[in-house]
Amino acid sequence: MERKTKVTAEDGKHDILIIREFDLPLDLLFKAYAEPELVEQWMGTKVLKLESKKHGSWEFETTDAKGNVAMRASGVIHEFIPNQKIIRTFEMANTPFGVQLEITEFEKLSDDTSKINMHVIYESVAQRDQLLKLPFAYGINMAHNRMEELLKTLK
Amino acid sequence: MNLRRDVFQALADPTRRAILLLVASQSLTAGAIASNFDTARPTVSKHLQILTECELLEQKQNGREIHYHINAKKMKEVADFIEPFRNMWDDRFNKLESIMKEYQTRK
Repeated sequence: MERKTKVTAEDGKHDILIIREFDLPLDLLFKAYAEPELVEQWMGTKVLKLESKKHGSWEFETTDAKGNVAMRASGVIHEFIPNQKIIRTFEMANTPFGVQLEITEFEKLSDDTSKINMHVIYESVAQRDQLLKLPFAYGINMAHNRMEELLKTLK
Repeated sequence: MNLRRDVFQALADPTRRAILLLVASQSLTAGAIASNFDTARPTVSKHLQILTECELLEQKQNGREIHYHINAKKMKEVADFIEPFRNMWDDRFNKLESIMKEYQTRK
Protein backbone atom coordinates (compact mmCIF):
# COMPACT_ATOMS: atom_id res chain seq x y z
CA MET A 1 0.00 0.00 0.00
CA GLU A 2 1.20 3.47 -0.82
CA ARG A 3 2.24 5.48 2.20
CA LYS A 4 0.21 8.61 1.98
CA THR A 5 0.79 10.25 5.33
CA LYS A 6 4.15 11.91 5.86
CA VAL A 7 5.54 12.67 9.30
CA THR A 8 8.62 14.82 9.79
CA ALA A 9 10.20 15.02 13.22
CA GLU A 10 13.71 16.46 13.22
CA ASP A 11 16.11 15.51 16.00
CA GLY A 12 16.31 17.93 18.89
CA LYS A 13 13.28 19.98 17.85
CA HIS A 14 10.02 20.34 19.72
CA ASP A 15 7.64 20.17 16.79
CA ILE A 16 6.44 17.77 14.10
CA LEU A 17 4.87 18.11 10.67
CA ILE A 18 2.15 15.80 9.42
CA ILE A 19 1.21 16.06 5.74
CA ARG A 20 -1.46 14.14 3.90
CA GLU A 21 -3.24 14.39 0.56
CA PHE A 22 -6.85 13.24 0.21
CA ASP A 23 -9.07 12.10 -2.64
CA LEU A 24 -11.71 14.45 -1.30
CA PRO A 25 -12.91 17.93 -2.24
CA LEU A 26 -11.68 20.57 0.20
CA ASP A 27 -15.10 21.31 1.73
CA LEU A 28 -15.66 17.65 2.59
CA LEU A 29 -12.23 17.35 4.16
CA PHE A 30 -12.88 20.40 6.30
CA LYS A 31 -16.33 19.12 7.27
CA ALA A 32 -14.69 15.99 8.72
CA TYR A 33 -12.94 18.30 11.21
CA ALA A 34 -15.87 20.57 11.96
CA GLU A 35 -18.84 18.25 12.56
CA PRO A 36 -18.80 16.39 15.90
CA GLU A 37 -20.51 13.23 14.58
CA LEU A 38 -17.95 12.96 11.76
CA VAL A 39 -14.98 13.55 14.09
CA GLU A 40 -16.32 10.77 16.32
CA GLN A 41 -16.27 8.35 13.41
CA TRP A 42 -12.78 8.88 12.08
CA MET A 43 -11.02 9.65 15.37
CA GLY A 44 -12.72 6.71 17.07
CA THR A 45 -13.54 8.82 20.10
CA LYS A 46 -16.57 10.25 21.83
CA VAL A 47 -16.96 13.98 21.27
CA LEU A 48 -18.29 15.52 24.48
CA LYS A 49 -17.99 19.01 23.13
CA LEU A 50 -16.83 20.64 19.92
CA GLU A 51 -17.49 24.33 19.36
CA SER A 52 -16.19 24.85 15.85
CA LYS A 53 -15.59 28.59 16.09
CA LYS A 54 -12.96 31.09 17.16
CA HIS A 55 -12.52 30.94 20.95
CA GLY A 56 -14.63 27.79 21.15
CA SER A 57 -13.51 24.74 23.09
CA TRP A 58 -13.53 21.00 22.64
CA GLU A 59 -13.44 17.82 24.71
CA PHE A 60 -13.01 14.20 23.61
CA GLU A 61 -13.26 11.02 25.63
CA THR A 62 -12.14 7.54 24.60
CA THR A 63 -13.36 4.45 26.42
CA ASP A 64 -11.93 0.95 26.39
CA ALA A 65 -13.86 -2.27 25.65
CA LYS A 66 -15.14 -2.40 29.25
CA GLY A 67 -16.48 1.16 29.09
CA ASN A 68 -13.80 2.66 31.32
CA VAL A 69 -12.45 6.05 30.31
CA ALA A 70 -9.09 5.37 28.66
CA MET A 71 -8.25 8.89 27.61
CA ARG A 72 -9.70 12.33 27.96
CA ALA A 73 -8.39 15.21 25.93
CA SER A 74 -9.44 18.81 25.63
CA GLY A 75 -8.40 22.23 24.44
CA VAL A 76 -9.49 25.55 23.04
CA ILE A 77 -9.85 26.72 19.48
CA HIS A 78 -7.84 29.84 18.71
CA GLU A 79 -8.68 30.18 15.05
CA PHE A 80 -11.38 28.65 12.91
CA ILE A 81 -11.45 29.70 9.25
CA PRO A 82 -13.68 27.36 7.20
CA ASN A 83 -11.84 25.49 4.44
CA GLN A 84 -8.55 27.11 5.44
CA LYS A 85 -7.27 26.80 8.95
CA ILE A 86 -7.87 25.53 12.48
CA ILE A 87 -5.57 26.46 15.34
CA ARG A 88 -6.24 24.69 18.61
CA THR A 89 -4.56 23.48 21.77
CA PHE A 90 -4.56 19.82 22.75
CA GLU A 91 -3.99 18.40 26.20
CA MET A 92 -4.45 14.87 27.51
CA ALA A 93 -5.80 14.78 31.06
CA ASN A 94 -3.73 13.13 33.81
CA THR A 95 -0.60 12.75 31.68
CA PRO A 96 2.80 14.46 31.92
CA PHE A 97 2.77 15.41 28.24
CA GLY A 98 1.80 19.04 28.63
CA VAL A 99 -0.11 21.14 26.13
CA GLN A 100 0.47 21.05 22.42
CA LEU A 101 -0.42 23.66 19.84
CA GLU A 102 -1.86 22.31 16.60
CA ILE A 103 -1.97 24.41 13.46
CA THR A 104 -3.91 22.59 10.77
CA GLU A 105 -4.03 24.08 7.30
CA PHE A 106 -6.40 22.87 4.59
CA GLU A 107 -5.53 23.31 0.95
CA LYS A 108 -7.38 22.70 -2.30
CA LEU A 109 -5.33 20.72 -4.85
CA SER A 110 -8.04 20.17 -7.48
CA ASP A 111 -11.84 19.93 -7.50
CA ASP A 112 -11.60 16.40 -6.10
CA THR A 113 -8.39 16.45 -4.10
CA SER A 114 -7.14 18.34 -1.09
CA LYS A 115 -4.33 18.43 1.40
CA ILE A 116 -3.74 18.80 5.12
CA ASN A 117 -0.68 20.39 6.68
CA MET A 118 -0.53 19.82 10.40
CA HIS A 119 2.12 21.56 12.46
CA VAL A 120 2.21 20.37 16.07
CA ILE A 121 4.32 22.26 18.61
CA TYR A 122 5.11 20.71 21.99
CA GLU A 123 6.32 22.34 25.21
CA SER A 124 9.68 20.59 25.08
CA VAL A 125 11.79 18.22 22.97
CA ALA A 126 11.47 15.55 25.68
CA GLN A 127 7.67 15.75 25.66
CA ARG A 128 7.55 15.58 21.89
CA ASP A 129 9.75 12.48 21.83
CA GLN A 130 7.71 10.82 24.57
CA LEU A 131 4.46 11.40 22.69
CA LEU A 132 5.93 10.18 19.43
CA LYS A 133 6.89 6.94 21.15
CA LEU A 134 3.42 6.33 22.61
CA PRO A 135 2.00 4.33 19.68
CA PHE A 136 5.25 2.35 19.55
CA ALA A 137 5.01 1.51 23.27
CA TYR A 138 1.32 0.76 22.84
CA GLY A 139 2.09 -1.69 20.04
CA ILE A 140 4.58 -3.55 22.22
CA ASN A 141 2.16 -3.59 25.17
CA MET A 142 -0.69 -4.84 23.00
CA ALA A 143 1.51 -7.66 21.81
CA HIS A 144 2.51 -8.58 25.34
CA ASN A 145 -1.02 -8.40 26.69
CA ARG A 146 -2.22 -10.65 23.91
CA MET A 147 0.55 -13.12 24.59
CA GLU A 148 -0.36 -13.12 28.27
CA GLU A 149 -4.02 -13.71 27.53
CA LEU A 150 -3.12 -16.49 25.17
CA LEU A 151 -0.93 -18.09 27.84
CA LYS A 152 -3.78 -17.88 30.34
CA THR A 153 -6.09 -19.81 28.03
CA LEU A 154 -3.43 -22.50 27.61
CA LYS A 155 -3.15 -23.18 31.35
CA MET B 1 -4.00 -1.15 12.38
CA ASN B 2 -4.02 -4.94 12.29
CA LEU B 3 -0.80 -5.09 10.35
CA ARG B 4 1.01 -2.93 12.86
CA ARG B 5 -0.25 -5.03 15.77
CA ASP B 6 0.77 -8.18 13.99
CA VAL B 7 4.32 -6.95 13.48
CA PHE B 8 4.68 -6.26 17.19
CA GLN B 9 3.03 -9.52 18.08
CA ALA B 10 5.47 -11.26 15.77
CA LEU B 11 8.40 -9.56 17.48
CA ALA B 12 7.09 -10.27 20.99
CA ASP B 13 7.84 -13.98 20.62
CA PRO B 14 11.41 -15.08 21.52
CA THR B 15 11.50 -17.96 19.00
CA ARG B 16 10.46 -15.63 16.20
CA ARG B 17 13.13 -13.13 17.22
CA ALA B 18 15.68 -15.96 17.16
CA ILE B 19 14.50 -16.94 13.65
CA LEU B 20 14.95 -13.35 12.46
CA LEU B 21 18.45 -13.22 13.89
CA LEU B 22 19.30 -16.51 12.20
CA VAL B 23 17.96 -15.46 8.80
CA ALA B 24 19.52 -12.00 9.09
CA SER B 25 22.99 -13.40 8.29
CA GLN B 26 21.92 -15.67 5.40
CA SER B 27 18.76 -16.79 3.62
CA LEU B 28 17.73 -20.33 4.63
CA THR B 29 15.14 -22.98 3.81
CA ALA B 30 12.41 -23.85 6.31
CA GLY B 31 14.18 -27.13 7.03
CA ALA B 32 17.52 -25.46 7.74
CA ILE B 33 15.81 -22.97 10.06
CA ALA B 34 13.92 -25.72 11.90
CA SER B 35 17.14 -27.71 12.44
CA ASN B 36 18.37 -24.85 14.66
CA PHE B 37 15.49 -25.27 17.10
CA ASP B 38 14.31 -28.03 19.39
CA THR B 39 10.72 -27.06 18.62
CA ALA B 40 8.58 -29.31 16.41
CA ARG B 41 8.82 -28.60 12.69
CA PRO B 42 5.12 -27.54 12.31
CA THR B 43 5.65 -25.01 15.12
CA VAL B 44 8.59 -23.51 13.25
CA SER B 45 6.48 -23.46 10.06
CA LYS B 46 3.78 -21.55 11.92
CA HIS B 47 6.36 -19.00 13.09
CA LEU B 48 7.66 -18.64 9.53
CA GLN B 49 4.12 -18.14 8.28
CA ILE B 50 3.48 -15.36 10.82
CA LEU B 51 6.79 -13.65 10.03
CA THR B 52 6.04 -13.85 6.31
CA GLU B 53 2.48 -12.57 6.73
CA CYS B 54 3.63 -9.45 8.51
CA GLU B 55 6.35 -9.00 5.89
CA LEU B 56 9.34 -9.34 8.20
CA LEU B 57 10.44 -12.33 6.12
CA GLU B 58 10.20 -12.86 2.39
CA GLN B 59 10.16 -16.12 0.45
CA LYS B 60 12.29 -16.56 -2.63
CA GLN B 61 12.15 -19.53 -4.98
CA ASN B 62 15.65 -20.91 -5.46
CA GLY B 63 15.47 -23.81 -7.88
CA ARG B 64 13.24 -26.35 -6.16
CA GLU B 65 13.80 -24.84 -2.74
CA ILE B 66 12.15 -21.92 -1.03
CA HIS B 67 14.53 -19.70 0.87
CA TYR B 68 13.49 -17.30 3.56
CA HIS B 69 15.28 -13.99 3.78
CA ILE B 70 14.84 -10.92 5.87
CA ASN B 71 12.88 -7.94 4.60
CA ALA B 72 15.30 -5.21 5.57
CA LYS B 73 12.88 -2.45 4.62
CA LYS B 74 10.19 -3.73 6.96
CA MET B 75 12.67 -4.33 9.77
CA LYS B 76 13.87 -0.76 9.43
CA GLU B 77 10.30 0.52 9.53
CA VAL B 78 9.66 -1.28 12.78
CA ALA B 79 12.95 -0.22 14.30
CA ASP B 80 12.06 3.38 13.53
CA PHE B 81 10.00 4.50 16.49
CA ILE B 82 8.21 7.16 14.48
CA GLU B 83 6.70 4.55 12.16
CA PRO B 84 3.92 3.46 14.56
CA PHE B 85 3.05 7.13 15.11
CA ARG B 86 2.88 7.68 11.35
CA ASN B 87 0.77 4.52 11.01
CA MET B 88 -1.63 5.80 13.63
CA TRP B 89 -2.23 9.00 11.64
CA ASP B 90 -2.34 7.10 8.37
CA ASP B 91 -5.05 4.82 9.80
CA ARG B 92 -7.03 7.81 11.04
CA PHE B 93 -6.74 9.68 7.74
CA ASN B 94 -7.64 6.57 5.71
CA LYS B 95 -10.73 6.26 7.85
CA LEU B 96 -11.55 9.94 7.39
CA GLU B 97 -11.23 9.55 3.62
CA SER B 98 -13.50 6.50 3.40
CA ILE B 99 -16.10 7.97 5.78
CA MET B 100 -16.26 11.22 3.81
CA LYS B 101 -16.47 9.40 0.47
CA GLU B 102 -19.47 7.52 1.78
CA TYR B 103 -20.90 10.74 3.18
CA GLN B 104 -20.55 12.33 -0.25
CA THR B 105 -22.46 9.58 -2.04
CA ARG B 106 -25.22 9.58 0.59
CA LYS B 107 -25.97 13.24 -0.06
